[in-house]
Amino acid sequence: MLQSFCRDISELKMRARIIRKHIIRMLAKAGSGHPGGSLSATDLIVALYYGKLNHDPRKPNWQDRDRFVLSKGHGCPALYATLAERGYFPVSELDTLRQFGSMLQGHPDMKRTPGIEISSGSLGQGLSVGVGMALAGRLDGKSYRVYVMLGDGETEEGQVWEAAMAAGHYKLDNICAIIDNNGLQIDGPIKDILSPEPIPNKWRAFGWHVIVINGHDFQQILNAYDEAEETKGMPTAIIARTVKGKGVSFMENHVEWHGKAPNPVEAEKALAELEKG
Amino acid sequence: MTEKIATRVAYGKALLELGEKNTNIVVLDADLSKSTTTAEFSKKFPTRFFNMGVAEANMMNTAAGLATCGKIPFVSTFCIFAVGRAWEQIRNTVTYCSLNVKIVATHSGVAVGGDGSSHQAIEDIAITRAIPTLTVIEPCDAVETRKAVFAASEYNGPVYIRLGRAPVPIITKPEDEYKIGRGILLKKGDDVTIVACGALVANALDAASILDNEGIKAAVINMHTLKPIDKEILIKAAKETGAIVTAEQHVLDGGLGSAVAAILAREHPTPMEFIGIDNRFGQSGEPEVLFKHYHLTAQDIVNAVRQVIKRKVQQLQSLRV
Ligand SMILES: Cc1ncc(C[n+]2csc(CCOP(=O)(O)OP(=O)(O)O)c2C)c(N)n1
Ligand SMILES: [Mg+2]
Repeated sequence: MLQSFCRDISELKMRARIIRKHIIRMLAKAGSGHPGGSLSATDLIVALYYGKLNHDPRKPNWQDRDRFVLSKGHGCPALYATLAERGYFPVSELDTLRQFGSMLQGHPDMKRTPGIEISSGSLGQGLSVGVGMALAGRLDGKSYRVYVMLGDGETEEGQVWEAAMAAGHYKLDNICAIIDNNGLQIDGPIKDILSPEPIPNKWRAFGWHVIVINGHDFQQILNAYDEAEETKGMPTAIIARTVKGKGVSFMENHVEWHGKAPNPVEAEKALAELEKG
Repeated sequence: MTEKIATRVAYGKALLELGEKNTNIVVLDADLSKSTTTAEFSKKFPTRFFNMGVAEANMMNTAAGLATCGKIPFVSTFCIFAVGRAWEQIRNTVTYCSLNVKIVATHSGVAVGGDGSSHQAIEDIAITRAIPTLTVIEPCDAVETRKAVFAASEYNGPVYIRLGRAPVPIITKPEDEYKIGRGILLKKGDDVTIVACGALVANALDAASILDNEGIKAAVINMHTLKPIDKEILIKAAKETGAIVTAEQHVLDGGLGSAVAAILAREHPTPMEFIGIDNRFGQSGEPEVLFKHYHLTAQDIVNAVRQVIKRKVQQLQSLRV
């Protein structure tokens, strides 16, 4: 069990700023990657790893740990930076993102990176994996919880709804889906490409307890994680309204920053902005 | 007449035994548990059985999740849905992560019969064999199926086992040695080697006895593991008999024949003939009728042997000239 739980909002904000700066530096260094969905997910991931998850970075395979599955694997820079800051591996590894031989692959690879629960990158698969982890936990009488983060565009995948149906059917109250509802995918706004709206109603219809929050308000995020844990007899979906590219003004809500690395000048600008907070 | 039992039936029985021995065994099915015979396990071990409904992609990844937590999931449905619908889940999650998932699917090949082409997987060896590190197995009878299921449960990593719907004759014995990746020489012979898998092994043996009467001594290899394939036994057979016929209930592209040819082309080029489905889909019909139609019978193997021996002789003569 990890000693240091942090529920102090200003500290969490400070941590998130550090993670966002890592993301910009990593992507600029790598020359490719996905800033938009990393930045939209940062606060949700930071709140989880600093304020909620029962985990131990020194023992990433500890059997009773809570599990976090990043189903939207392209958002991994946010997760890598958080894992490094949390002590799963040296922060210096972040400089190797996407390079040959790196432990930090372009998309999460559980065999290379301590703290990664399952490899991902092909969208739509993570919630199903989470269902398996939750079923195993129940079978073994363990109290660990499973968190799965999905993109809103990702929920266009049919498999997500197969998994949602299974979690609802099996009344898996030890699983929590976090939907990073930033409103954008690659080719444009989700409402123009293939709208999954109304998102909360869909999850409700599949037997989930639904909480809609501002995914950049740490108090709301922590409250939602707690409410999910207290909810019995059904899984919980947290629909987190977020801003794609959050924290870097020229990236915010711009679809072209989905999968493009900042050049050195852009990175400089982004870092200066994040520094000011 | 030899006794006939479907390999899927042997699977259901083996699972019951395994479930008793190892409480980490869990079973998932996609609304076909009566057909795959996992229903027996579900009755005996209801808490360790998960019916995932008609949702194969989700089932495959749920199994992956269970495996990350130390379970040994056996995932069953028809071959076409297990490795067809959920191929990318097997590739990107189960196998890329080296998870201890056993995909044991039934209703392979045209021997499915009446259900017709939509249910007859004839490409599954090719598409599973193509996935790096995935082990691919097709037992030839009920006795060997039990061994394969046990061996898979003892092996740490992903395995695909391809089973059949229709009863097939028992041609192996419980005491015969079985090892994943090790082909089995069922019959010795000097003139030609027939390398077969699954239901075609019985036909290969029948073909060999027909050929015996003609004075052609055919060796028969049961190549139950398609990947990793036993190179040594193949090279030895090619060197000793100088002619090879492969036989499988699968399309010719990417199956057993392709695997054998790729090895021999490099290691010991040898005249070959191939028994398998030639660029066609299956259809409804009785298995025996379909085997005739798609040229998968013992007589088809005999014809192929005559063909390959003709080429072997021609080659020897041309060397002498
Ligand atoms: C199965 C699959 N199809 C396509 C892609 C390519 N892809 C990567 S990200 C993405 C858009 C995802 O949008 P969303 O889930 O909303 O992610 P976010 O906005 O959080 O970045 C696509 C189509 C993929 N990774 N996997
Ligand atoms: Mg999005």
